[in-house]
Amino acid sequence: MERIEVLKTYKIFIGGQFPRTESGRYYPLKLKNNMTVNVSLSSRKDFRNAVVIARGAFSGWSARAAFNRGQILYRIAEMLEGRKEQFLEELKQLGYTAVNAKKEIELSIDRIVYYAGWCDKYQQLNSSVNPVASSHFNFSVPEPMGVVAIMADESSALLGLVSVIAPCIAGGNTCIVLASESKPTCSITFAEVIATSDVPAGVINILTGNRKELHAHFSSHMDVNVIITCNSEKDVNKTVGENASLNVKRVFVWNKNWNIESEQGPHYITDLQEIKTTWHPIENIGISGIKY
Amino acid sequence: MAKKEAKKLEYFTDWKYAPAPEATDHIRLQKQYELFINGKFVKPNSGKYFDTINPANEEKISSIAEANDKDVDLAVKSARTAYDKTWSKMPAKERAKYIFRIARLIQERARELSVIETMDGGKSIRESRDIDVPLAANHFFYYAGWADKLEYAFPNRKPQSLGVAGQVIPWNFPLLMAAWKIAPALATGNTVVLKPAETTSLTALKLAEIIQESGLPDGVVNIITGHGPVGASMVNHKDINKIAFTGSTNVGKWIQKAVAGTDKKLTLELGGKAANIIFEDAPINQAVEGIVNGIFFNQGHVCCAGSRLFVQESVAEEVIRKLKDRLETLIVGDPLDKNTDIGAINSKMQLNKINEYLKIGVNDGADMYQSSCSIPKKGFFVRPTLFLNTSQSHRISQEEIFGPVLAIQTFRTIEEVIEKANNIPYGLSAGVWTDKGSRIFNMTSKLRAGVVWANTYNKFDPTSPFGGYKESGFGREGGLHGLAPYLKF
Amino acid sequence: MSYDFRNTPTIDQVGIEERVARFNTRSIKKGTKVQALKLALNMIDLTTLEGKDTEGKVKQMCYKAIHPHLALPDLPSTAAVCVYPTMVKTAKDALKGSSVKVAAVSTAFPSGNSTMQIKLLDTKFALDNGADEIDMVISRGEFLKGNYNFVFDEIAAIKELTHKYNARLKVIFETGEISTLDNVRKASDIAIYAGADFIKTSTGKIGVAATMPVTLVMLDAIKDYYFKTGIMVGMKPAGGISTAKGALQYLVMLHETLGNAWLDNKWFRFGASSLANDLILQLEKEARGVYFSKDYISVD
Repeated sequence: MERIEVLKTYKIFIGGQFPRTESGRYYPLKLKNNMTVNVSLSSRKDFRNAVVIARGAFSGWSARAAFNRGQILYRIAEMLEGRKEQFLEELKQLGYTAVNAKKEIELSIDRIVYYAGWCDKYQQLNSSVNPVASSHFNFSVPEPMGVVAIMADESSALLGLVSVIAPCIAGGNTCIVLASESKPTCSITFAEVIATSDVPAGVINILTGNRKELHAHFSSHMDVNVIITCNSEKDVNKTVGENASLNVKRVFVWNKNWNIESEQGPHYITDLQEIKTTWHPIENIGISGIKY
Repeated sequence: MAKKEAKKLEYFTDWKYAPAPEATDHIRLQKQYELFINGKFVKPNSGKYFDTINPANEEKISSIAEANDKDVDLAVKSARTAYDKTWSKMPAKERAKYIFRIARLIQERARELSVIETMDGGKSIRESRDIDVPLAANHFFYYAGWADKLEYAFPNRKPQSLGVAGQVIPWNFPLLMAAWKIAPALATGNTVVLKPAETTSLTALKLAEIIQESGLPDGVVNIITGHGPVGASMVNHKDINKIAFTGSTNVGKWIQKAVAGTDKKLTLELGGKAANIIFEDAPINQAVEGIVNGIFFNQGHVCCAGSRLFVQESVAEEVIRKLKDRLETLIVGDPLDKNTDIGAINSKMQLNKINEYLKIGVNDGADMYQSSCSIPKKGFFVRPTLFLNTSQSHRISQEEIFGPVLAIQTFRTIEEVIEKANNIPYGLSAGVWTDKGSRIFNMTSKLRAGVVWANTYNKFDPTSPFGGYKESGFGREGGLHGLAPYLKF
Repeated sequence: MSYDFRNTPTIDQVGIEERVARFNTRSIKKGTKVQALKLALNMIDLTTLEGKDTEGKVKQMCYKAIHPHLALPDLPSTAAVCVYPTMVKTAKDALKGSSVKVAAVSTAFPSGNSTMQIKLLDTKFALDNGADEIDMVISRGEFLKGNYNFVFDEIAAIKELTHKYNARLKVIFETGEISTLDNVRKASDIAIYAGADFIKTSTGKIGVAATMPVTLVMLDAIKDYYFKTGIMVGMKPAGGISTAKGALQYLVMLHETLGNAWLDNKWFRFGASSLANDLILQLEKEARGVYFSKDYISVD
């Protein structure tokens, strides 16, 4: 008799754990092999819980040494590479051709490696010592904006997710990501990768669900600092922008084709950074006016 | 040594400074000012004018044109035409030379501009002369030099101008804010429609004269005056690519909502309620100066004012005693007098708002302390005010008052003060006073604010990026970082 | 009251300079100006401290101290003359009957590099000859070595002797040598707590003499002490102040730091020689309404 395969239950990812949605709701997703997966239909409350967790994780993650963040990102890439076969299969089940699936997973891995390398470099490119006219030392440095809500690219199972999460956390932010509704399974498998990559719990949180239902909550939560939408509908973007004004959220509409190899760069990190400027007086050498 | 009861020191009783008013006879103001559109001063379509008054004596200075939607449209059209036909095609180095020219003309007319700024806005002549006007000129000078060097600022990114920028500025630093807005917009190759605040249009209109004098191509900068609806009309205008706003958080939120879902790029520089933190090892006497400069600079009409003072308990008594003593030496009165430290409140409306907060503070149980100075009978004035024994939950500790009113709290530990300093929806600026270098770096990385002044306060420079976290807005003005909001990549 | 130098507040130099710049923007005009010019004149310690000093030179200076400018008869005299101990007697005789005090520099002025014994003898000689005020110097070497107790003790010893004669003690730091504003503040606290009646910036014998930032730091020390104890201490910037404009800026700073009570030559002095004539020049201008010439003002 043929062996019966053990199927995976796809849950959501909050605070390093895999709970079911508190709402108990799901939506069925039919795979290419005709199996049906019951995907968690996350609720407003799941998002709320994730924000609390992401906020809690922010101070620790942003205070990590940049070098350490780089190592952790690289570790994600390592883990992903090790699970390549699994992702290939999953992508195919979502309708990717073999060629496209291979491209998707390889570009995702490479993109994470790319941002891993940026972790301790973008600061040097985006900071400045400002030559003010008074006797002060003045410098500006980037600092992560905080908690970032991301509505990932609907058309992409993995790359769209990775392309936004990686620059976000490379810069010390924490995030809550709404995965592609039609291609959600890879995002949860990616969460398993994250869970085994030394990423502190709560830094990345992944929800599956309905964008039309959740976008208003993603954008209105008062403890979220940034909202990013990727290739979303115009009306979604309008609501997101309007709700963002409640607490002056930073809004980014990234309508990009992430499949392009060059669609990456330090500006994706620094878009999610505040610039902080610090002033301090410079004492002149000796009150007696000694020259040097 | 003479033994005396330790008591309050007295100032200005035996030696009062004679009035030293800045001369105004060289100032030429028209009875009526028009809109500056397409390089010409034109009458408003509304046919309406409003009075601008001197807040120090409530006398009318001049009449200012009230723009309507049609004027906004004309201004945007003229900016669009100038963008398409001239400005975007001009070599960057030539663009730079116009901006340099404007900087120089401001320097040449500095005295005139300072006096008008003081007459129209109520700020002391010392500040408009030593701070506002020179900084405005320097801002143009700084950004002029960037015009042909943008590729170096954003390597690999091919920076391009946006088009027409609509800019709405507040009344607290009228000319300086105009400079902060116009200079980077022009340097990055955009054209401009600017609206000054209704109580302080004059220096912006003088700037329009300067722009005319500079030979800047018609329509590159348009300056239209009027009340809130003019700004709203700009925000909603279909052919504006960029909105830059400095003002209250409420209006900022409205603007963010209004441009939602459009392609307009947005910069907001909004309110603040900055913590100014004094540790026990601070250079105390300079810290007291810093507190004074933090909250009484420009009558407290400063979004980054150090309006929440946190003093470590071990030095609280000393600091507060010194602060009270220092208050007595602040001269409040005629803004045109060269010895005036604190001038007039910008408008009747703002005066009422401040007085309302004084009442709220007292009703909420905080101890109010005011300087014993006399204030002029006519005009809008407030005595420098301290509120002692306040807590985080007092409204005067939470809300932006925008006046010379300081809410004082004490703290015991560094954790406590970091938590309280960040415990506010704003995040524009903060002050830290300590002799310990490592603590300064700790504080500056923990405080969620765009500008941290360590052992100094309220310093500004064209090269220094300025802007907020959280509800204090987004985007930076000043420095290299101030270019990006006017570019696309 | 005991003194613990660890409690001395630190100074931020840039902050001090900004404060000074603010004082210097004050515009002093008309009656305010005349009042201040006269006050400044009345605060001068007219000084001659040269190797080539003679009785004749000192006598001439004393006459100038009493009668700064004959053409304006209602001018006040200077506060004091400041001379070496050997000239005290000459000065005392020349000033008989006037309100002008005689101040003597002592304690091996200007270097202060001598034994305690000699410093005490030096001081005693001046006092025995009738000096009303003693301008002592601190041992800057010991101060810079961190021997603050040594400096404290030497000031206390000279104070004890000076007060025995009912004279007042000014303590000179030579701020140009102790170099930082933090040190100026520390020296001020040491001197004040050791019992100085006045603290004074400089000897006038090295390149860098009184400056406004240094003086402000010292005024702040005086104020802090007054707030703590209610005891007033005087201030004397010396050297480098030669113009009326400069003197007025000092007075504005004094006024807005310590208040009206210090606007008196009992509590504030200018150690200067050429300042008097520039004050007179300005007073003449105010009186006549035309710019004046130094040819009309006596040089002594």
